[in-house]
Amino acid sequence: MEKSRRRFLKVAGIAAIGLGAAPAINFAASDSHGSGAAAKVKNETALHAERWGMVIDIKKIDDNLARKISLACHLHHNVPDFTHEVNTQLYPKTRPVNHKQEIKWIWKEEFHYAFPDKEDEFLNEKFHHLPFMVLCNHCKNAPCVQACPTQATFSREDGIVMMDYHRCIGCRFCMAACPYGSRSFNFRDPRPFIDETDPDFPTRSKGVVEKCNFCAERLAKGEQPHCVEASEGAIVVGDLEDPESDVRKLLKEHYTIRRKQSLGTEPSVYYIV
Amino acid sequence: MTKNMIMGGLAVFVLAVLSPFWFNMVTTTQAAPEPELLGPAKEAKKCVLDTYDMRANHMSLLDEWRDAVVRDADRIYVSANGHAFNMSLSTGENSCLGCHEDKAKFCDACHTYTSVDPYCWECHTNPKEIE
Repeated sequence: MEKSRRRFLKVAGIAAIGLGAAPAINFAASDSHGSGAAAKVKNETALHAERWGMVIDIKKIDDNLARKISLACHLHHNVPDFTHEVNTQLYPKTRPVNHKQEIKWIWKEEFHYAFPDKEDEFLNEKFHHLPFMVLCNHCKNAPCVQACPTQATFSREDGIVMMDYHRCIGCRFCMAACPYGSRSFNFRDPRPFIDETDPDFPTRSKGVVEKCNFCAERLAKGEQPHCVEASEGAIVVGDLEDPESDVRKLLKEHYTIRRKQSLGTEPSVYYIV
Repeated sequence: MTKNMIMGGLAVFVLAVLSPFWFNMVTTTQAAPEPELLGPAKEAKKCVLDTYDMRANHMSLLDEWRDAVVRDADRIYVSANGHAFNMSLSTGENSCLGCHEDKAKFCDACHTYTSVDPYCWECHTNPKEIE
């Protein structure tokens, strides 16, 4: 091989870069805060599931209980109630409310609205009066997740379809995509319409879509969702993928239906009728 | 153009460009407020990061935290000094406001001074402000 001065300088230059880079990389990778490295971890008591699901026993729910369930959920998640009289001293410029701007996470629905594809001319009369509790179905193939342009709505690994309110730009594509009407939009600042603010959960702001989050904040602490606690045993949540779980046992024992199954969204909420 | 005009123009230009500095020299400036440590924060004497880092980087730390909590469901932050914190602005004793009880004296004092208006409080609530 020819040994020219030019070639020697080239090799020396590359070697120098290598020697210089090692300490720089070490410096960048080192932790400037002292001994250990910081870590973000889950609560030890957190509940886990492959895919969270819910079974609602409609026969156990009457109008009273239905109201109690909605109230428990809405109260603890600071869901605004537009029938609430606004404190005019605190919020002097609040306009009257359009009822179409209603916000809800879990509510009572009639059978023929909740299950339009299961309607029957000679349907058993009792179905028309049963209070079907409807909420976000946390679908396996959630159309809202596909529609969201900012990934503010996303599917968690455990099957919960979550809203990241920080990223929501209020385009409402998800509302158009959701076949269950489970999403609400904050056309206005919700705070004047919250009677008692629960400090454990943030309120939302104007221009943000919101919906049921399966009480992800409670599951993370090892607690059951608010609706389950309020339901006196009518609502059960658990792991759909675990054959030994409570929800799977209920599904084995009872005939259940899901909402708009033909759309292929694979809802995770089952109804015992 | 005469030499005098050019020099005059330059002098005006220099004065104008440096006007913010003259202005600051003439007017009295308020000293930056020190965030006040009260209650549990005063006793704990150990924060998530050391003081300098916290002052410089608390906003990016909070940004990281909100992603970890909302998107990955990780809610506990074990910092390099070995202490575990609840990654939350205001919920629970182990959160930011749980330790720094007085938002007005700890957060707002500096934010007001620097004209920073974080929109965190449009959704998150200060437990002390709720009657």
